[in-house]
Amino acid sequence: MDFDLNEEQRLLKESIDGLLTDSYDFEQRKKYMAEKGGWSKTVWLKLAEQGLLGLPFSEADGGFGGGGVETMIVMEALGKALVLEPYLATVVIGGGFLRHAGTEAQKAAHVPGIIDGSKTLAFAQLEKNSRYDLFDVTTTAKKKGDAYVIDGEKFVVLNGENADTLIVTARTKGDRRDKSGIGVFLVPANAKGVARKSYPTQDGQHAADITFTGVEVGPDAVLGNPEDSLALIERVVDEARIALCAEAVGLMDESLKTTVEYIKTRKQFGVAIGSFQSLQHRASDMFVATEQARSMSMFATMAGDFEDARERSSAIAAAKVQIGKSLKFVGQQSIQLHGGIGMTMEAKIGHYFKRLTMIENTFGDTDYHQRRVADAGGLI
Amino acid sequence: MDLAFTKEEQAFRDEVRQFFRDNVPPDTRRKLVEGRHLSKDEMVTWWRILNKKGWGVSHWPKEYGGTGWTSVQHYIFNEELQSYPAPQPLAFGVSMVGPVIYTFGNEEQKKKYLPRIANVDDWWCQGFSEPGSGSDLASLKTKAERKGDKWIINGQKTWTTLAQHADMIFCLCRTDNNAKKQMGISFIVFSMKSKGVTVRPIQTIDGGREVNEVFFDDVEVPIENLIGEENKGWDYAKFLLGNERTGIARVGVSKERIRRIKDLASKVESAGKPIIQDPAFREKLAACEIELKALELTQLRVVADEGKHGKGKPNPASSVLKIKGSEIQQTTTELLMEVIGPFAAPYDVHGDDGSNEAMDWTAQIAPSYFNNRKVSIYGGSNEIQRNIIAKAVLGL
Repeated sequence: MDFDLNEEQRLLKESIDGLLTDSYDFEQRKKYMAEKGGWSKTVWLKLAEQGLLGLPFSEADGGFGGGGVETMIVMEALGKALVLEPYLATVVIGGGFLRHAGTEAQKAAHVPGIIDGSKTLAFAQLEKNSRYDLFDVTTTAKKKGDAYVIDGEKFVVLNGENADTLIVTARTKGDRRDKSGIGVFLVPANAKGVARKSYPTQDGQHAADITFTGVEVGPDAVLGNPEDSLALIERVVDEARIALCAEAVGLMDESLKTTVEYIKTRKQFGVAIGSFQSLQHRASDMFVATEQARSMSMFATMAGDFEDARERSSAIAAAKVQIGKSLKFVGQQSIQLHGGIGMTMEAKIGHYFKRLTMIENTFGDTDYHQRRVADAGGLI
Repeated sequence: MDLAFTKEEQAFRDEVRQFFRDNVPPDTRRKLVEGRHLSKDEMVTWWRILNKKGWGVSHWPKEYGGTGWTSVQHYIFNEELQSYPAPQPLAFGVSMVGPVIYTFGNEEQKKKYLPRIANVDDWWCQGFSEPGSGSDLASLKTKAERKGDKWIINGQKTWTTLAQHADMIFCLCRTDNNAKKQMGISFIVFSMKSKGVTVRPIQTIDGGREVNEVFFDDVEVPIENLIGEENKGWDYAKFLLGNERTGIARVGVSKERIRRIKDLASKVESAGKPIIQDPAFREKLAACEIELKALELTQLRVVADEGKHGKGKPNPASSVLKIKGSEIQQTTTELLMEVIGPFAAPYDVHGDDGSNEAMDWTAQIAPSYFNNRKVSIYGGSNEIQRNIIAKAVLGL
């Protein structure tokens, strides 16, 4: 049992923290947000230069063979700096599908572009009524000879506006909520019949609602078994949840730090407001919530390698519950302790709060995952 | 980073578990599961079994009878002990006064007291809190005056746990009235059988007698019963309280209680089916299990850190353990109350003597719920813990 980082992991942490300290303060972030697409290509290429975009890919695929801990380190750092660039969509989720199910040809076609920063991906999964159930799919992929024809609507596709390739879940068989009959397809974003409606999200990122109308893709577009890929989807989404837990820990760390600094300097009644016990106790509770979240983020990271899918899912669901509860408390209390200034766009704390809040509602909220843990009979 | 226990650690867990299965008296275990109090005999019998095995004072240095286990082994031992469940060693002797004596005591004191602590030949109690000195412990007033080769002790202690069983007390006494309040306190040990010691029970809201008031009226104590240096008692008290950082989370206790909740909830019906099938109840239980999992991981982080980097600088996460550990213990007793619903009401005054315990298996659940309100109060209340985090961790 060991919770320390090894030498290489420490170096990785130093390198990404260093890069973001230099190029991602709050003022710089504002500039990146104003760039076309809502994030900085320059920063993205810097991440590529440091090898971070190739981190989880095997060396045979041109990557660095990093595991869950390496992704955790990166996501925590990205959270701490409130990074806008599409690491989750491209490297964690897009890369995840390619790593777990990609054929050699598919990997050769997509992985080099991810690693060198020239291409980004997006995961088109959410539907109007699917909410958090990954198997609730009405988008169809109908076989037409060797090819598939995709029809349907996907919503809030993160990085959907900028992505070169979309990874689309679609039903090849069965009814809306059947657990079998779901496939995963690689669809070029500029394919005929793909229509994207883009918008900024509450946390300053960008997403798109995407309509697929008679979009024809070849057999090389199929990731895994086109008639039975729910397990694949669950696996990759579990990895995304783990990554979100780590990102949230980074966000909470920074929120707590910023808030504590603020109450040490803000004076009222002639003293720093941090000298008041009610505020001290609130800050202590924020610390407790952050540490409990960190513990569960580590647990989720290690659970990512559990062989037993049921055990893995329960552990990750449990982590998402703890992170959801902690982030709500830390986020809300950060604003409260900042007082009026916390309500303004000008102060950075509100932006952390908004990103934390969006994480809660991504890939299953606290209630959703708590129910999953309960249905699995708990953890003990 | 690696969550897995090594093969050796797993084998150790099996060994410990098997030992408990073979050696904890079944009636003792059952009473703990049901939340009943144990008699002095039941506890001492078990502790002597443990001591015979060489595990009575497992965390002490080897030269005084300790095991030399790694911090992970200690963690495993505690978790298995708590979740079996078996009575935990008497903290006042084993975790509190013992370490103070072997760290600050002289050779004679070590020889005289340590073996008797290990075998519970002496039952120790703690003379810290006073009616006017709870969270502000350093304001204590019990006085020890030097008179020839004796200390003359006068004053009153309170919340003295199981003093009715005690042979010995370790006591914080004021020995210098002129110094700053923390600087004038000494750590003195003496027999509870001394003339002038009076123990008066305090009945707690669960109906039990766990704590007492202890009065000292011109109690004469030999001068050599001072531990360490005169007026350094506050340092020893802080050492003592900081000594048991990880056990306080009581993860094993809460795990055991969750198993009991599940067991009862699959028998007790609500709306015509076992309450475990009620979605609202299940989710509440799941929420508690998740909190406990997070706490267990936090505790493991602290344990792994101590194992690697020593106990010198406490991991900041260790401050979480008392707060969360006590909250979760309280939640588990609340959930038990919820499971038994209206059957929480019958008052089983004789439960501890076993005179009618067969009659009512739910009788200890409400008392246990009432009793567990203490866990966020003792050992530095949770508000004090928040003060500590604010000052020591956040620098406020």
